[in-house]
Amino acid sequence: MTAPPLTPPEGTAAPTRAAAFGRAPVSASGGSAGGASVELTGWGWRHATRSAWALRGLDLRIEPGERVLLLGASGAGKSTLVHALAGVLGGPDEGDSEGRLLIDGAEPESARGRAGLVLQDPDSQVVLARVGDDVAFGCENLGLPRDEIWRRVAGALDAVGLNVPLRHPTSELSGGQKQRLALAGVLAMRPGLLLLDEPTANLDPDGVVEVRDAVARVLSGSDATLIVIEHRVDVWWKLVDRVIVLAPGGGVLADGRPDDLLGREGAALAASGVWVPGHAPEPPGRTGFSGPELVRTEGLAVGRRPGVVLRSGIELRIDAGRCLAITGPNGTGKSTTGLTLAGLIRPAAGEVDASGIADGLAAAPFSWKSRELVTRIGTVFQDPEHQFVTGTVRDELAVGALAIGLDAAETARRIDPLLERLRLGGLANANPFTLSGGEKRRLSVATVLVTRPRLLVLDEPTFGQDARTWRELVAFLAELLDAGSGVVAVTHDTRLVDVLADDELRLEAHS
Amino acid sequence: MSVLTPQAGTQAIYRVNPVAKLGATAIISIALVLSIDWVSAAVALAFESVLFLFAGLSLRRFALRTLPVTIAAFFSAVTILLYGEPSGQSYLRLLLINVSDGSIELAIATLLRVLAIGLPAVVLFVTVDPTDLADGLAQVLHLPSRFVLGALGGLRLVGLFIDDWKSLELARRARGIADRGRLRRFAGQAFALLVLSIRRGSKLATAMEARGFGGSNRRSWARESRFGAAEVALLLIGVVVAAVSVTVSVATGSWNFIVGG
Repeated sequence: MTAPPLTPPEGTAAPTRAAAFGRAPVSASGGSAGGASVELTGWGWRHATRSAWALRGLDLRIEPGERVLLLGASGAGKSTLVHALAGVLGGPDEGDSEGRLLIDGAEPESARGRAGLVLQDPDSQVVLARVGDDVAFGCENLGLPRDEIWRRVAGALDAVGLNVPLRHPTSELSGGQKQRLALAGVLAMRPGLLLLDEPTANLDPDGVVEVRDAVARVLSGSDATLIVIEHRVDVWWKLVDRVIVLAPGGGVLADGRPDDLLGREGAALAASGVWVPGHAPEPPGRTGFSGPELVRTEGLAVGRRPGVVLRSGIELRIDAGRCLAITGPNGTGKSTTGLTLAGLIRPAAGEVDASGIADGLAAAPFSWKSRELVTRIGTVFQDPEHQFVTGTVRDELAVGALAIGLDAAETARRIDPLLERLRLGGLANANPFTLSGGEKRRLSVATVLVTRPRLLVLDEPTFGQDARTWRELVAFLAELLDAGSGVVAVTHDTRLVDVLADDELRLEAHS
Repeated sequence: MSVLTPQAGTQAIYRVNPVAKLGATAIISIALVLSIDWVSAAVALAFESVLFLFAGLSLRRFALRTLPVTIAAFFSAVTILLYGEPSGQSYLRLLLINVSDGSIELAIATLLRVLAIGLPAVVLFVTVDPTDLADGLAQVLHLPSRFVLGALGGLRLVGLFIDDWKSLELARRARGIADRGRLRRFAGQAFALLVLSIRRGSKLATAMEARGFGGSNRRSWARESRFGAAEVALLLIGVVVAAVSVTVSVATGSWNFIVGG
């Protein structure tokens, strides 16, 4: 399998609006009672727990049937706006609003079902255990008659191309399928306004294409209005006819047709973290340093549970100053291989020989104590929240130092430069769980570096990151490599592989 | 009842409304907790053993699923045997241990009773699909749909919590803090899981709300929860098992009310 291109040269891979799969437009499900209009007048919203307004003074009119890509730096209030349109921001307990926000001239709360929302996280949107029931859920809430519900369920599943039996367990769907399921659940309600809040941010490249194509196909047979939030612009570029950029302080920064806007604002958007076609981040320079062998495997087999082997016959070596990328589709044991190399999971068979960094310990990293591990191998988890154990950024960085018994002065000497280098200086006393996605990622990388491990194992380090954080991370990893660290990156990110990887281990799906 | 994947089977029992299974189990349980004699429990258990043939379970699956109940029954019986109220002849005395005629009889009664109450509950619920149960609770018993569907939606998150827990564990080893303080680490990990689960829960709630859940509309139901002849029959079986057990027990003079007994 090769990853489908996400940055197609002009005019390739992206499906056209007319017929994504060369099939007739599906009007049974996508077709609604016409597209909805959106009108905002001096609208603003402030969360109950914050003093600053998430959005303020927004004036905007979106006509029925328009397809809008909503951009803006992280923290510009894109999600807040879309949640408000879906009517799920909550009442006065949740926050204050000002100005007016109307869908077809009515408040969103009173127009339930008029707007349908698909969120980012595939796992948190599945409500019921069977595919058919899950799609029916929204229709039930609308109080539709039973036979009408099942007609709509069949139509919606067909529209998103999810060809599984109605009784199929939702827990067995892939990420891309779950997002299409969520889309079907929304479509079955026949919304006039389709709201997508980063629907592909958590998906692998196959999943991204799957969902994008499903949306394209649905829109081709519908006159619904679309608003999609996504910082990877190229995914949706061909599908939208208008781009609106929200200003971080409030109001609209830019608004126009995609191609005009790209010409005028492309560079500025790219600098603010949006992935803009033609403005790919510069790859960092590398000295090409390469040192002694750190880790090698022999006949390694990996698995999470005793007796269940996910992948066997893994032969690889990692040298100082070199980056190994582990790639391949979901479910092929990429992360498990990474965590096994990192000494966190016991090999199912064969061995991980880390004598290059063992410093007098046994060769197998799984046999090392936890505090022996941190000075030798640093692991950054896919979800940073899994690895945070304290209440402030500074304490979080000190965890490793404390574990190996460094004194306060030495700890500070190691932490302070990292805080500066990863732009976390102003956040030293913030709670790690309250940071933004990019900040969490930078912190999770910084925490493992305090104990100066020779080998870094990173699980999807660039997943869902905006272009700015991506640039910073890649530059930082390049520096570490030049300084003699070895890096293992488990990743779907073809850009990362192109820019950083010296070697690639591609795990193919079992046939 | 598995929380993650739907239950499905071809046998008739899978099609019986879960509310009826709940009811039948409740009827037998209530009758049996009123007394602690061995006769009523033995009669109930004898009936149930015949009924288990129609429970839609292979012998292996039956043994596996009911193992916790079997173990619980065994241990409570042993406990009663050793420490139960002594009466009649005593066979073994050691510190607090006193095995006597009375404690032996009580132990047998306990063993039978735990099995007679536990086994049908487990067996009936193995064939219950949570979605069908929720449909029944809301449509047949008219429990508030908000509550029932909220709980049902929450079940989707259980699998994620298990994965989260494993990742939290690995991450603590990776951070250098897994060597000492097992208890404190466990507490910290549990708290982290709580934070993660609240976050996931509120995301799910938003997704449900976005699909019109909790609105002012009158809700309709895509799946009809029927309560017909099969359901009434199962309830009647429950009543018969309970009634015969109690009657035989009273007739043989073994019945002893647990309250005030």
